[in-house]
Amino acid sequence: MMIPSATENVLALLPLHPLISFLLLITFGKRLSWHMAATLSIGAMVLSTVSSFIVINQLSLQSPVLSVDLWNWFELNLTNSSSAKINISFYLDGLSAVMISVVTGIGLLIHIFAAAYMKDDENFTRFMAYMNLFIVAMLILVLADNLVLLYLGWEGVGLCSFLLIGFWYQERANVLAARKAFIVTRVGDTAMAIGLFMLFKELGQLNINDLNESASTLWVVGDEAPYWIALLLLGGAVGKSAQLPLQTWLPDAMAGPTPVSALIHAATMVTAGVYLIARMNGIFLLAPEVMNYVAWLGASTLLLAGVAALAQNDIKRVLAYSTMSQIGYMMLSLGAGAFSAGVFHLMTHAFFKALLFLTAGAIILALHHQQNLFKMGGLLKRLPFETVLFAIGLVCLMALPGSSGFFSKEAIIAQLWSSNTAGPLLWYCAIFGALLTSIYSCRLFFLAFMGERRFDHELQPSSSRLLKLSLIALAVLSLIGGIFANTIEQSLSGVFPSVQSLNMNEPNWLHSVAIATPFVGIVFSWFYFSTYRNSNHGNLNNAAFQDKPTPLVMFCRQGLGFDQLYDLLLVKPYCYLARLNRKDIFDQLIMFSAWYVCICHDVFKSSQTGKLRWYAAAIGLATALLLISLGIESFSLEAS
Amino acid sequence: MSAIPLSHVLILASILFSIGFVGVIVRKNTLFILMSLEVMLNAVGVAFIGAGSAWQQADGQVMFILVLTLAAAEVAVGLALLIQMQRRFKSLDIDLLSKLKG
Amino acid sequence: MNLSTNHLIMGLNPLQLMFYFSAALAIVASLKVITGKNTVHALLYLVVSLLAVAVCFYLMGAPFAAGLEIIVYAGAILVLFVFAIMMFGLGQDETLNAPKSHSFRLSNFNLWVGPSLIAILLLTELIFAIESSLVQEKLTSHIIDAKQVGILLYGPYLLAVEIASFLLLAGLIAGYHFAKPEGISLDQKGLDQQKETGGHL
Repeated sequence: MMIPSATENVLALLPLHPLISFLLLITFGKRLSWHMAATLSIGAMVLSTVSSFIVINQLSLQSPVLSVDLWNWFELNLTNSSSAKINISFYLDGLSAVMISVVTGIGLLIHIFAAAYMKDDENFTRFMAYMNLFIVAMLILVLADNLVLLYLGWEGVGLCSFLLIGFWYQERANVLAARKAFIVTRVGDTAMAIGLFMLFKELGQLNINDLNESASTLWVVGDEAPYWIALLLLGGAVGKSAQLPLQTWLPDAMAGPTPVSALIHAATMVTAGVYLIARMNGIFLLAPEVMNYVAWLGASTLLLAGVAALAQNDIKRVLAYSTMSQIGYMMLSLGAGAFSAGVFHLMTHAFFKALLFLTAGAIILALHHQQNLFKMGGLLKRLPFETVLFAIGLVCLMALPGSSGFFSKEAIIAQLWSSNTAGPLLWYCAIFGALLTSIYSCRLFFLAFMGERRFDHELQPSSSRLLKLSLIALAVLSLIGGIFANTIEQSLSGVFPSVQSLNMNEPNWLHSVAIATPFVGIVFSWFYFSTYRNSNHGNLNNAAFQDKPTPLVMFCRQGLGFDQLYDLLLVKPYCYLARLNRKDIFDQLIMFSAWYVCICHDVFKSSQTGKLRWYAAAIGLATALLLISLGIESFSLEAS
Repeated sequence: MSAIPLSHVLILASILFSIGFVGVIVRKNTLFILMSLEVMLNAVGVAFIGAGSAWQQADGQVMFILVLTLAAAEVAVGLALLIQMQRRFKSLDIDLLSKLKG
Repeated sequence: MNLSTNHLIMGLNPLQLMFYFSAALAIVASLKVITGKNTVHALLYLVVSLLAVAVCFYLMGAPFAAGLEIIVYAGAILVLFVFAIMMFGLGQDETLNAPKSHSFRLSNFNLWVGPSLIAILLLTELIFAIESSLVQEKLTSHIIDAKQVGILLYGPYLLAVEIASFLLLAGLIAGYHFAKPEGISLDQKGLDQQKETGGHL
């Protein structure tokens, strides 16, 4: 059927706007004023957002899929004279549509916020340039029609994450956090690359649609090859999405500026892993054990992050662990086969997590960069605007009825009980996770916003209209996001195959328990954390606010010891080996020949004494040896 | 009248030669080295004379005269160098002359 | 001298006996030369050795060479030695001047063993070479006198004589130049150089 070429061009040019903006910002750098740089970067984002809406509109109107070929990147020659063409081409279906709308829409709002937030930073243009580059890479990732191009986008977002976490590179801690993020995700990327190699070897191509088709024809459920490939792809997803066991980089990544945390580590990059699994659902559905692993990884990360979030004292780290936990939900839903529910949760999570992060950023800015929860308090009265927004975000996080989070989370939990690859046990984990979510959210709210004020200095809330505008937009989206549920469901139904569920008789109380859980959590925290929320003047010096953590709390605060575990298992042996090889054994082998030559040189050098008598003796000795050799020759001649 | 067998003469020359050779190598005093050189040259002369006498030709003695000339010239130059060495180093130890300058 | 074969002492005629005796003397004297401590004593032993070798020459039937040996070698060259030692103070007692750290001991076994071994090795080889059958055959009994030597010198070996005279001239000039005392120069530039460097070689 006829696809208007205009829409194709719009799709093709989608990632181009932020790319041009990136190039201009990098080239002209500090010569641009704040106004120009902000206009350039936000303008590019506006163009991209408008373009994405155009193409999505076209999608729903005419055809379920849009694709445009840009050019041929390279060809991989197979042995039997056929070749796999790797093209730069973009492919738009329901899943990519959801992703690009999230990326460009949330990205635009965060760019607006960042323009106001980072206004006084002297490297403003570099920051906006990197943000734009990130958007380019993310768009390539979600629009890619083959896995090589996806890998390009994958690495691109990893690079931008590194650049942005370590944006204030003069601080050593920031650089170390950036390095840690890069290396940990690299481990996942390597697994993914090996998975790609295996895919190519088995199926001979890397175009995603063709892969999904040929996989289902070539393999049956439970085969060995899809098992390993899916496992390797899972490794890549786990690294990027900060799940167990590669989750250690996300809390440290909070060293970057807050818009970075919002954009990359809440809304977009960490969802790349979820996108990958959703995209490669053809492979994953052929390996139910791996889907089970996915579900269990998601559930364990969910619980682990929830427990860790209960013990944090830094507002951004609570939100980081919360992100980790929510992505665990998405993984859980993907593992259970509820692909569309997981993607929908991705979308709503982007809304309210970005809102939470940005509001936290505004609060931190108002408190002169104070991030410790135990030094905040009573902000309800002092910063009412930010408090309300934060409360909206927390409501969505806790999935209270009516918010967008409610719809997405309930959609996930509803499909867990009778799923093939999940089951009742995972349902209980999900419910417990929801309980933990509500508890740590309430703890966060009480510590920061209620109770007695512990921050005595003057507050400096930002008065920028841009800032407030973006925050309000995000809040609105978080609240009304539930209305998108049907449209999303429709568009995604064409992408994902419907997963059969076991025909178990679900108990009736499943749904009511799921809905009631956050309220139970709220009630529990109301009484448990009552000291936090009381406006009692005499409680200022209470031990509860002194933040003297017990060893257990400390253990949870440090992410349940994973950092220490990896340090012991991986870092220390590697450093030990590096120290052992300090003199570089291969270099020593080469130096051996040099040493040998030096020894020979010394031996020969000792014959050059400069002493006359020595030389005369040498002549005599040489004559004697010569005569001996001649004598031996003549003797042998005579004898013969 | 039987003459001396050539081999005996040559043996004498060899013994004198090796004695001189040992002296050149062992002694540190340059003067003694020169004297040992004289012994060696003398031994060569013995060999030449013996050979000339064995072959009944005068060439041996002619060669001996040339060797003598050589020895004379060599002694003259050698002693002159020795004098310089004595002036410069205040001693005749040949091991002092073991380094090239510069 | 009665050189008849009737008088055989120890199976040798007196000629041969004298030869061996003076050869032994030459060898002993040479040994004393190389192991001497006092320079002048060593020189005198060298003179003795040369005289003994002259006797050997005479007994071998080369009287001219014997005369030359005494007159030129012992009488001129060694006298030159003695004069140089006397006039320039070259003959120190070795024990006074030991620049090396170890003291000068001629009985030092380590000092003598190496060179002696080399010399003995050479000697044995030479003896083996000499003892081969070709050399043994030759026995001679005729005297070669000065006239024959002169004929050769002024005949085939004339060029050698001239070249020998060159050699002597060169030695003369070199000896004069090297033995010059310091401070005496023929040109002004050399004088300045001498003043700067304090003498030149």
